[in-house]
Amino acid sequence: MTISIDPQKTNNESLQPKGLLRYFSFSLDHKVIGIQYLVCGFLFYLIGGSLASAIRIELASPMSDFMPRDVYNQVLTLHGTIMIFLWIVPVVNGAFGNYLIPFYVGARDMAFPRLNAVAFWLIPPSGLMLVASYFVEGAAQAGWTAYPPLSITTPQSGQVIWILSVLLLGGSSIFGGINFIATIIKLRRPGLKLMQLPMYCWAMLGTSLLVVLSTPVLAGTLILLSFDIIANTGFFNPVLGGNVVVYQHLFWFYSHPAVYIMVLPAFGLVSEILPVHARKPLFGYTTMVFSIMGIVVLGLVVWAHHMFTSGTPPWMRLFFTIATAFIAVPTGIKFFNWVATLWGGKISINSAMLFSCGFIINFVFGGITGVALAQVPFDIHVHDTYFVVAHFHYIVYGGTVFIIFSSIYHWFPKVTGKMLNEKLGILHFIITFIGFNLCFAPQHWLGLNGMPRRVAEYDPQFQFVNQISSLGALLMAISTIPFLINVFISVRNGKDAGDNPWNALTPEWLTSSPPPVENWEGEAPLVEEPYGYGKEISELK
Amino acid sequence: MTTLDSSKEIQNNNSEVNETHEDFRMFGLITFLIADGMTFAGFFAAYLTYKAVNPLPDGAIYELELPIPTLNTILLLVSSATFHKAGKALLKDKKSESQKWLFFTAFLGIIFLICQLFEYFHLPFGLTDNLFASTFYALTGFHGLHVTLGTLMILIIAWQSRIKGGRLNSQNMFPLEAVELYWHFVDGIWVILFIILYLL
Repeated sequence: MTISIDPQKTNNESLQPKGLLRYFSFSLDHKVIGIQYLVCGFLFYLIGGSLASAIRIELASPMSDFMPRDVYNQVLTLHGTIMIFLWIVPVVNGAFGNYLIPFYVGARDMAFPRLNAVAFWLIPPSGLMLVASYFVEGAAQAGWTAYPPLSITTPQSGQVIWILSVLLLGGSSIFGGINFIATIIKLRRPGLKLMQLPMYCWAMLGTSLLVVLSTPVLAGTLILLSFDIIANTGFFNPVLGGNVVVYQHLFWFYSHPAVYIMVLPAFGLVSEILPVHARKPLFGYTTMVFSIMGIVVLGLVVWAHHMFTSGTPPWMRLFFTIATAFIAVPTGIKFFNWVATLWGGKISINSAMLFSCGFIINFVFGGITGVALAQVPFDIHVHDTYFVVAHFHYIVYGGTVFIIFSSIYHWFPKVTGKMLNEKLGILHFIITFIGFNLCFAPQHWLGLNGMPRRVAEYDPQFQFVNQISSLGALLMAISTIPFLINVFISVRNGKDAGDNPWNALTPEWLTSSPPPVENWEGEAPLVEEPYGYGKEISELK
Repeated sequence: MTTLDSSKEIQNNNSEVNETHEDFRMFGLITFLIADGMTFAGFFAAYLTYKAVNPLPDGAIYELELPIPTLNTILLLVSSATFHKAGKALLKDKKSESQKWLFFTAFLGIIFLICQLFEYFHLPFGLTDNLFASTFYALTGFHGLHVTLGTLMILIIAWQSRIKGGRLNSQNMFPLEAVELYWHFVDGIWVILFIILYLL
């Protein structure tokens, strides 16, 4: 039976702008939207990165001489918000999810193409709003957490714009999540079972569940916070009888799962990349699936480990310590599976593989400090010090951003039909890896010795270590240059990639590069096993 | 309840291969409503926590009047039933009957909103008086926003189920089913809100 509204009618090739122009249009093609997410996210990454450089320049000396203290607070707030809401979340979810998920489920597009385009086009305006909020009088300076009472007592117009912007980005994220769930559950080609899906689908399913369940709570909380600022209510203002801890609970109910929203898709992506470049099937598919779902369930009930110093009662501390320690189990399973995937494989040392291995090393380190931070006695000691900053960046930069770069090296040939230059790629990896570890490893020491985070000035005894850290940040900034040169050169003059340069077996490689508008000429190929290496491609079709 | 008919299929006309897939717009809507429900869950959690840990100052404890909210509960429950009637009628292609029921449902929604405003004007507290007052207005206001949007959507589909040129018929039920599910959701939230805010 035909339904008169055809959601894919405007997807007709003749109606779409051609060439570069389509990336600036309200395109409904999931591949165009994926690239829109990626490029838009990368532009914001450059802005957020410049802000990070400004922070490290300031911290190279103990006094606040590079910028005033309130500007420092505004800069770190903007840095955190941009990196989380405009770079990592949209890119690991929106960019790779949109590009890959329809291929993996054997579909021609996402379940709701129009909603998909709306979700993307919410991002540029709200991103610009966020950047603009810095130039308004009273820019947000309460950090990306926007804890009251700081966020409601400091000058506020910038903070209100900040809240509006984050609300819009949250809406975009929820629309994306709904779309991914519907696509993975409902749009699978007939005959494709859930347990045959590539691991990234499972990661995106788990992530989207977290998005749908937790992001609305953040939205509600921010609405209440904006009432406190605009209408002078007292939800979170102790002076008016409110309760700041309620804000923290509601905020972390979203923002702890947000860490998994940032990192689970990276787990999925690395599970796609490692088998291809090690020429081995992914080790322990079933345990991978169950550990992703375990992380989703546990991730929803550990939020109060961010609040051990907020007057949390003992039973709560006990519960959240144990729940947090449990998350190490599924995460550990995944690590052993990745190592086992590499074990005895025919490993090609290329940029994608190097970034993935860098991810494994960094993330193990961030995971260990994470388990340490879950222990109440230790956490009380290092709460709000640079130890937390180091831990967080090991997860989010050392983990997720490494995987974003790895995925760009891996899927660039599919998207453009051209290879990236390997020499520049390896140079990019070496500078990034050294710079990253030089920047953040010393911060563990700083934190253990009591240097507080989010303060522009510090005790002069920390100066030398801070300068090492700033040197690392400089290297990280420099590392972007070979990457950008590589992309610009390769898009025009790169070596032709052919359809399947890595001899990979997941469905996106079984079509032409770049893929046609509806992904396949004729019917979608059915891949029985996503990681059946050792078999011929013809056997798998 | 809404019939979740997944046997309908959307035809993909634009490709050379003729492929069909299930209509999963209802699935997407349910996912959205779960998300929306989580927003309310956050508000309820905040309200209950405040009730438990933040003692109110003297003079800030009110006995809420029950008649109006009870009337409102009945109004919404009846409106759910009348909406269901509209769906039943449309299924049999009785468009004018369906339209009548829809207008009646919208009418009940408007009465609900008027009663809500009437209650607002006669309460002994304002938005910023104290924590309870703020939470009360935030919860009922957010719900009232949902009722307002729902009423507007009902009016739109009532217009679309007109006999001449209306798009809705037994072949194209989705807009009506979607709004119906949303309306039942808003009713359900109201029942929880009524219990937590007025009765507890």
